Formats: sequence, structure tokens, C-alpha cells
Amino acid sequence: MKFLVCISKTPETTSKIAFSADNTQFDTSGIQYIMNPYDEWFALVRALELKEAHGGTVTAINVGPASNDTVIRKALAIGADDAVRINAEPESAMYVAKQIAEHAKDGGYDAIFLGKETIDYNGAEIGAMLAEYLDLPFVSFASHMDLDGGVATIKRDIEGGVEILEVNTPLVISAAKGLAEQRIPNMRGIMMAKRKPLNVVEPVGFDDPCHVVGYELPPAKAAVKMLDPEDMDELVRLLHEEAKVI
Amino acid sequence: MVLVFAESPKGKFEKPAFEAVTYGKKVSEMVGGECVAIAIGDAKGAEDLGIYGATRVLQVNDPSLAHLDSQMYASIIAQAADSVGAKVVIVGFTATGKSIEGRLAVKLSAGSVSGASYLPTVNGGFKVKKSVFSSKAIAEYEVTTEKKVISLVGNSIQPEASGSAVTVESFDAEIPARRITVKDVDTIKGVVPLPEAELVVSAGRGMKSPENWNIIEELATVLGATTACSRPVSDTGWRPHHEHVGQTGVAIRPNLYIAAGISGAIQHLAGVNNSKVIVVINKDPEAPFFKAANYGICADLFDVVPRLTEAVKKFKQN
Ligand SMILES: Cc1cc2nc3c(=O)[nH]c(=O)nc-3n(C[C@H](O)[C@H](O)[C@H](O)COP(=O)(O)OP(=O)(O)OC[C@H]3O[C@@H](n4cnc5c(N)ncnc54)[C@H](O)[C@@H]3O)c2cc1C
Ligand SMILES: Nc1ncnc2c1ncn2[C@@H]1O[C@H](COP(=O)(O)O)[C@@H](O)[C@H]1O
Repeated sequence: MKFLVCISKTPETTSKIAFSADNTQFDTSGIQYIMNPYDEWFALVRALELKEAHGGTVTAINVGPASNDTVIRKALAIGADDAVRINAEPESAMYVAKQIAEHAKDGGYDAIFLGKETIDYNGAEIGAMLAEYLDLPFVSFASHMDLDGGVATIKRDIEGGVEILEVNTPLVISAAKGLAEQRIPNMRGIMMAKRKPLNVVEPVGFDDPCHVVGYELPPAKAAVKMLDPEDMDELVRLLHEEAKVI
Repeated sequence: MVLVFAESPKGKFEKPAFEAVTYGKKVSEMVGGECVAIAIGDAKGAEDLGIYGATRVLQVNDPSLAHLDSQMYASIIAQAADSVGAKVVIVGFTATGKSIEGRLAVKLSAGSVSGASYLPTVNGGFKVKKSVFSSKAIAEYEVTTEKKVISLVGNSIQPEASGSAVTVESFDAEIPARRITVKDVDTIKGVVPLPEAELVVSAGRGMKSPENWNIIEELATVLGATTACSRPVSDTGWRPHHEHVGQTGVAIRPNLYIAAGISGAIQHLAGVNNSKVIVVINKDPEAPFFKAANYGICADLFDVVPRLTEAVKKFKQN
């Protein structure tokens, strides 16, 4: 079976967030990038597990500049067979989805995996866009997935519960926590990754339908009010009268 | 013209639907035209969407629509958008909305802003802000296409009763074939799901062991709150996975978030620091969570939590 895993990079969470002087650009100096955890820990690993069980290949794909190659090599070190980088600086989710769709439309993939969202912009929209371009079913936030022949059984997280679904392949699926257990690349994987193919392809022309025009910092929070631990009536009074939340 | 998808995943309209319609009404005042709501499925009470500002309510009902299939739902919403001439289409940033929004954007060739938490501005381009980088920044997006799709984060607007019930019109859509079969739905009974909860009581490793959670549950019960936890607590199986909040868990924005025995690591804060009011109970005065809190109590949680429960009980009796 053929699996495609969409991977993205994101600033490491503890990064200090700053912008250019006119607040229109995100300041990338000193930022440490990691593979988006949902892509690395859950989407990629489940695709590898399914390949190990059913045979086939796992291809990792990223839309981004050459500096993303480190993150792509990590996907190869964890176990992907080959990788594709579409050489572009995307400004919108739809641009990314369009480029991946162009690659995938004749690729014969049985399942295309994404993370449920990137942890920097939290869009959670590329999966649905990709599925629409490819006219495929889309299951978001999967916390469990099994394949039997051409049928996928999936648990999908919904507010306050889970849905249990059946879908025929091919399909697009986004990964939530629980879909797999994180794998740490070993020395052999890292060495092998250097020899695995990473194909760079040029993007198809597509206008971004939206883009970020400015950044700002959230309003500063008022200093914390420290309260007497002996007097919880006072906290209740403040929550009722001052904060008006109870 | 604005079209709002009023979701009813549990067979009834709830807060996410009312918030989306309230937001849609305000957007229609900016871009001109009416705010039309579309409902899919057999939920009763669609006429009440008028109360929140919808001037027309369309409903499509068919047995095949009982559960979400993003292809079916997005197709119907896009047909409704075309039929009313909608320039802006709004859905919730919910499990349902997130499955549909990207499809709608592609179908309508519309730029999209997903997870918006502010109203747009329309002078000098159509712009919408959302919170990014674990709430460490706000980004403003400009959408340059003629049509726009927005998904709205829960609790970023309060439902406002600005109109009155309207007659529901049945909308005649072409319904695509279902490709996803829903075998079963397991819901957690009796509690408000975390993403919708207005009051949340949460605890972390400071609890020492899972047997101690009764004091957290008692406080949650007297408040009518939902319980949550930090990641290590769910990873070690002390609490169920669906309670895990933070960057890799559920992101919430309740009115009140009470955190006991949680240090306040950045990854935890990422999922909770949009809460309106945060109360932190921690015995370490240096705990980073105090910096993100509105009210802090520096003491042993095993003393403070039961005392707070008693104080809430007393308050509720009066
Ligand atoms: C990529 C990544 C993603 C992550 N995602 C998440 C996430 O989504 N959610 C999340 O929560 N974490 C996440 N984490 C983990 C996070 O970094 C912290 O390790 C975690 O939040 C700590 O949990 P805690 O506060 O319960 O435990 P600790 O850090 O151990 O803190 C326990 C706190 O309890 C206090 N305490 C102890 N005893 C008492 C007492 N008797 N009375 C009062 N206070 C007491 C201590 O002073 C301490 O501050 C993530 C980490 C990484 C690397
Ligand atoms: N530049 C990119 N290249 C490849 N895949 C991406 C890219 N950006 C995001 N993705 C995938 O899309 C998922 C959801 O992203 P988003 O919709 O932006 O939150 C991520 O978890 C990745 O799997």
C-alpha cells in the first residue's frame, strides 16, 4: 500500500516570539524549528506501522524552502522511504493544499496522513482542503485507525466523545493524540536517511487567497492578585463580584 | 450577504451555533445584506436561530444526514451560499466545523481564516485576527478573494438575543452520496465537554496520586464545572485522555479555569491562557503559572481545595 504523510515545521514551543520592526513579519532569528508534533508523533508513525503490517511505502511531503530539509531528513530517519519537497514559501493553507494535491492526484496513495493542526498557527484546515481537491473522504482528528483490505476503521475525536467510522480507501486522515506512540530515530535510521531520496520539485502557479498582514502581542495581563489561603470566602466573593464568572 | 452554518452535532442547537449566528449578524452589518443560517439534519428549534440575528433560516433534512460526512455537509453549505449569494460564510471552529471549513474554502474559491477570535474589519481590505504561537501573539489576515470563509473559536463572542424566531424554510439541496459510515458514537455522559465548558477545575502532578482526585471532583461538582488535567497526569493514566488540556491536548477558553498543583509550563498554558479568569493554587511561589493567573493562592492544595469547596457551597446556599 502507498502512504503519503504531510509534514510541517513549527517553532519549538519555548521560542521567544518577536516580529520585524514594522510588525509585518515573524522574526525567525534564533528560532529553533521542530517537526510539528502531530505530524511526527502520530501521523508518520501510524503510517509506518501500517506499512510494516501490510507492506508498501511511506512518502513524506513538505511544501517549503530548502531550510526545511533538516525536518524532512528527520522523517526519513524515523522511517519514511522517500520524501518530496515542493520548493516554495507558502503564505496560506490553500497554497499548501493545492501543491500537495498536485503531487498526490496521480500518486496512487491509499491513505494520506496529516497532523490535526500545526501548533504555531493552529489552522486545522489543510486536510479538508486537500481532500476537496482530490475528491476524497476526509476524517479529521483520528485517535485510532486500522486497515483491512480497502476498508479503514477509524475513531474520530468529537466534542465529549468519539465516533467510530468505516471508510473505503483512498482517504485523507488527520492525526490526533492516541493514533500512535512517538518513535525516536536511532543511529542506523539517521545514517540511512542520508541516502534516501529527497526529491525537490517546483510548485504549480497558485495565488494565495489570504496572507498575514500584521502581528501584535496580546494585551498584557494585569498582575496576579495573591489571596490569603485561609480565606476562601474572599476568593468566592471576588469571582462573583469582581470577575463575575460564578 | 452572510451565510452561517448552525451546527447541531447532538441533534440540537447549542452555544457554538448561537455564537456563530451572533457573529454572522455582526459581520452582515459590516458587509451589507442579511445574515442567513443553514441547518443540516433533523434538529428541532432552528426557528430560534432568528433570535440571535438570522433573518432567514434554511434547513436541509434527510435521513442520510444524521451524522457528519464532510463532503455531504460542505456540498450542501456551498449550494446554500450560492443560492443566497453569500460573500462571507461562517462555521464554528469545532470538530464539525474544522472538518468542513477547508472544503468550503476550496469549493467557493474563498480565502479562509480558521480559528478567528475577533470580528473582521472591512475598511481598507477584509481583515480578521486570530491568536497564534500558543497565544503568544495575534496575527491579522487579509483575505483578498471575493468570497471569504471564517471559522470562529468558541467563547470569543457571547450569544446575543437581537431578533426573534423566524419560520424555517426547507432548502432543496442536491445531497451527494455518503462515503463515510458512522458505526457508533461513544459520548461521555453527564458532563459538559471541555471545549464547551464555562467552568473548569484542573489538576496536575501536585495531586501526588489518582486516589486524591476526589477533592477536585467535589469542587467541580459544587461549581457545576468540568474536570481537566495536565499532560503527565493523563500520560500516566491517572486521568482519562480526554481531560488533557494544553498544546497537545484540548485547547479551551472557559470563563473560569482553576488550576491546582500544575506548574504552568508553556505547553500547558498554550491550551488554557485564553480563559477569561485563571485561579492558580500552588505551594511554590516561583511556579510560572502565577504569572498567567488573575488570582493566586500560594499554599498546600490539600488544605485549600476542600476549603474552597466549602466556601462555594456556602455561597450557593445564600
Ligand atoms: C512538545 C510538548 C508538548 C506538551 N504538551 C503539553 C500539554 O498539552 N499539556 C500539558 O499540561 N503539558 C504538556 N507538556 C508537558 C509540560 O511541559 C509540563 O511538563 C507539564 O505541563 C507539567 O505538568 P504538571 O504541572 O502537572 O507537573 P509539574 O511540572 O510536576 O508540576 C507540579 C506542580 O504542583 C505543585 N505542587 C506539588 N505539590 C503541591 C501541593 N501539595 N499543593 C500545591 N501545589 C503543589 C508544584 O509546586 C508544581 O508547580 C508538553 C511538553 C512538550 C515537550
Ligand atoms: N508546509 C506544509 N507542507 C506539508 N504539509 C503541511 C504543511 N503545513 C501543514 N501541513 C500539514 O497539514 C496539517 C495541518 O496543518 P494546518 O491546517 O495548517 O493546521 C499539518 O499537521 C501537516 O500535516
